[in-house]
Amino acid sequence: MFPEYDVIVVGAGHAGCEAAVAAANMGAKVLLATMNMNTIAQMSCNPAIGGVAKGQIVREVDALGGYTAIVTDHTRVQFRMLNKSKGPAMWSPRAQSDRMMFAAKWRNMLEENTNIDFWQEMVTGLVVKNKVCIGIKTGIGLEIPAKSVVLTNGTFLNGLIHIGDKNFGGGRAGEKAATGITEQLESLGFESGRMKTGTPPRVDGRTLDYSKMEVQEGDKEPARFSFTDTPNLQKQIPCHISYTNPDVHNSLKDGFDKSPMFNGRIRGLGPRYCPSIEDKINRFADRDRHQLFVEPEGWNTCEIYVNGFSSSLPEDVQYKSLKKVPGFENMKMFRPGYAIEYDFFQPTQLKASLETRLISGLFFAGQINGTTGYEEAAAQGLMAGINAAQHVASKDPFILKRSEAYIGVLIDDLINKGTKEPYRMFTSRAEFRILLRQDTADMRLTPLVQAIGMNHLEERMSKIEKKETSIKEINKFFENRSISPDEINPFLEAKGSKPINQKVKLKGILLRPNIGIPEMRQFVSTIDKDLEKFDSDTLQTSENTMKYAGYIQKEKEMAEKMDRLEGVTLKEDFKYEELTALSAEAREKLNELKPRTIGQASRISGVSPSDISILLVHMGR
Amino acid sequence: MNSLLTDTIIALSTPQGEGAIGVIRLSGPKAIDMVDENFAGANLIKSEANTVHYGKIKNKNGEIIDECLATIFRAPRSYTKEDVVEISCHGSSYIIQKIIELFLSQGARAANPGEFTLRAFLNGQLDLAQAEAVADLIASKTESQHQLAINQMRGGVSKMIGQLRQQLIEFASLIELENDFGEEDVEFADRQGLKDLVNKILKIILELQSTFQYGNAVKEGFAVAIIGAPNVGKSTLLNALLNEDRAIVSDIAGTTRDVVEDSIQIDGILFRFLDTAGLRETTDKIESIGIEKTKEEVAKARIIIFVAEIEEDHLQIVNAYKEIPILNKQSSIIILNKADAFHTCHSYDVEEAVSTLTNRTPCIAISAKEKTHIDKLKKQLVEIAKNSKTQASTILSNTRHFAALNETKNSLEAVITGLDNQVPSDLVAMDIRHALHHLGEISGEISTDDLLESIFSNFCIGK
Repeated sequence: MFPEYDVIVVGAGHAGCEAAVAAANMGAKVLLATMNMNTIAQMSCNPAIGGVAKGQIVREVDALGGYTAIVTDHTRVQFRMLNKSKGPAMWSPRAQSDRMMFAAKWRNMLEENTNIDFWQEMVTGLVVKNKVCIGIKTGIGLEIPAKSVVLTNGTFLNGLIHIGDKNFGGGRAGEKAATGITEQLESLGFESGRMKTGTPPRVDGRTLDYSKMEVQEGDKEPARFSFTDTPNLQKQIPCHISYTNPDVHNSLKDGFDKSPMFNGRIRGLGPRYCPSIEDKINRFADRDRHQLFVEPEGWNTCEIYVNGFSSSLPEDVQYKSLKKVPGFENMKMFRPGYAIEYDFFQPTQLKASLETRLISGLFFAGQINGTTGYEEAAAQGLMAGINAAQHVASKDPFILKRSEAYIGVLIDDLINKGTKEPYRMFTSRAEFRILLRQDTADMRLTPLVQAIGMNHLEERMSKIEKKETSIKEINKFFENRSISPDEINPFLEAKGSKPINQKVKLKGILLRPNIGIPEMRQFVSTIDKDLEKFDSDTLQTSENTMKYAGYIQKEKEMAEKMDRLEGVTLKEDFKYEELTALSAEAREKLNELKPRTIGQASRISGVSPSDISILLVHMGR
Repeated sequence: MNSLLTDTIIALSTPQGEGAIGVIRLSGPKAIDMVDENFAGANLIKSEANTVHYGKIKNKNGEIIDECLATIFRAPRSYTKEDVVEISCHGSSYIIQKIIELFLSQGARAANPGEFTLRAFLNGQLDLAQAEAVADLIASKTESQHQLAINQMRGGVSKMIGQLRQQLIEFASLIELENDFGEEDVEFADRQGLKDLVNKILKIILELQSTFQYGNAVKEGFAVAIIGAPNVGKSTLLNALLNEDRAIVSDIAGTTRDVVEDSIQIDGILFRFLDTAGLRETTDKIESIGIEKTKEEVAKARIIIFVAEIEEDHLQIVNAYKEIPILNKQSSIIILNKADAFHTCHSYDVEEAVSTLTNRTPCIAISAKEKTHIDKLKKQLVEIAKNSKTQASTILSNTRHFAALNETKNSLEAVITGLDNQVPSDLVAMDIRHALHHLGEISGEISTDDLLESIFSNFCIGK
């Protein structure tokens, strides 16, 4: 009934969808196996893509040929560039999406790819022979052969949902959990763990009083996620902000004795940066209010997502407490928030390609690796999909460096440090933020996937070539163009910047704080005319490269320094257990993880700088 | 290379040469067994850690080599974190040689210079700063050097750096909080507060760095140059200074100091005479003090002794002194030599006159040949050295630490410049991270996770 597939992807969430298209666009024959074809690409939590650090990841996924950005651009109801008041490394795109349209668009794009087949059924196990994964087993007893398998099970592995003192098996509200895979993997020698995450109540937007809340509009000139020609956003829906108060907190505290968080029923560790509302008022008792974001679920629905009110308290406690929030007095609830516990596998059991160390041809991506977030999942799915295809073609794994992409930071952190709580990306996890700016993801990454033979990149590559040429032209223009005091002083005065006495090069003006190309163009018509032929994104990237040249250079030097440690390779059969000078923990970790380089070894948790000195001493350096 | 830490090493831990006692140290898995085998006295294998035992060391033929005390340290509670035995025997070179030979014949290996410390470092007993301090301690020649090394070994520098780092981490986490969670209801970093903090840290770094000159001088010795016209008696003066004290400065093997250099210790302070051999050879060139090389040497000196022949016409001395511009910048002492041939009662007047006309530069009339008033000169040298000692209790003496602090300082100055010029906060944060990195280079702790830990434990974040 089935051919032997190159890649079978188990699960069709954000990781699974990206894995399927990436492998397919690498030329692999792909089967996407999901329990329910009607829930492909569900946004299980909030209806938004991007945010600080996450938005950068989505841009990288796009640059590497993934679809999340394209789907988001087509289905968004609001777009904002966050952190616009900060430096360009911090600018982070974020969009609210129409939840139903998002899933529909994804399914549509998957179906358009003829390299992808679908199968709807629960996958209950893997076919493994001599430590090589050669297929999957399904609930009704089918065996489907494959050269590689990517597991993207999300929160479904032995998922357990908690609402107050009730709990029941499930992978998501209204969907059943997946069983069998964890147990099989454990029998193969994998170590599993338990994590927890949560989601807030959904409410009826028709019953909210928005006049009591702050309005948060989208950007006046919304940008796009994708580097391709996706549609511009014409119309937007605002979000709203309200706040909890001591009344709300007291009401919530009434239910603490029934909280599975506090009575020990939940064993898995949840993310500290995405705490439930009960966790917030418990841990930060001195704060008398917490911010709530009231987010629309889409164009054609009154359903509202109450971001910031994640809870596993009993539904009646959630209901009566939320009603005390300004604007929510007459609120009707669609469904309560809940917490979910699920199995994950410490990602230190993976190679940098996301292939497992134990079983050849088996790849993990997404929450199964202990991460959280659609964006983090999508990025891993994409990389696992590419690497599964590379594996099948007996080609080298595709690995991104920490200085090349947030995705490089993400995977390097995961495989070397593992994680105790659901891992989310932050810009502060990256050493080289200015090199990883969202506006350069295309130039940084697209040529890399093109080089390993990903299909359908011709248009992207020609756009990048044009962008690079334009940047050179623009930079040259600013270096050569002189400007007279008459032309520029009115602008400088308006910006509170010191006027000039004689002609200067335009670049000198641009380097001043608070001066940017767009404002300059607005004020000085001659400059505007000279720059007319360039698009605003390219102008922005040029401005960034000129304005922050010193910092860019500094980070490049630091990155090169880091690369030198990456250049000191460690043999895979290095006998760490014999080097008794190392701490016991370091010996164990190094033996287990077998880092490829000293640089990688230095980032393994439990390996201290003195362990690294010992390794270097040992290697005669 | 693995044998590096699995064999047992031996070395004499007290200086070579005759002394009242000598201490021989063995470290490694077989240290206790080896000594026990040749020890007539208590059973060392069964003895507890940190105990001292009287006994006799016997050679293979059962002949007694010496009476001694054996101190037992058991892993990991020893200097090297390995089993260690220290044998205190009589300080005769012959006895020491015989005992070491005995253990070498039984499989111990002669330790390389600094190998005990290397083991302590490799076994995680010492951090990098402490290991360097031990190296200094071993090489320390004077009391003040010893104090400095002891202080550094106990973690004086590491502790201070650790505190600075903690303050910076808090600072950085505030900015990172703003960057990563700016969309949420978080506190914003108060820029003036941040600036005050960075300035405060900069001040501490500068203080720490200013101790470096003293710390370095203590370690390396205060550099002293002797200059003056030909035939005023510079060489004689040098010999007068050196001859008496030369014995104290011995060229202990394994120290890095160039033994060609002439050093003397006065009141526990080391003085080092710059290129003195060169000075003696180039007497004919002294007139042209402008010769580049001499200039360079003199510029390195922290104290300059200007030698002139004493004479009635004190103005001539003063003018000669004033012709050498560098003398105004360094601490200097004017020596009026050949006072033996001069009217003693007048010499005081000349001293006083020269000193008055040279902005109260200390002026001493001596006779290098007769070695009169050399003690006065020594007292003056000590006084200058002691005046340059700072009040700080933590003294920095390591060049690598100094360089790392310099990098930290540069990064922090970039932070201030950034704050003043409205540079975006993520770039300011980058400079703070670099500062953290360089501080970490001193104490050996570097982790980017520190920032997030600090954020999570101090702030309520998350939608």
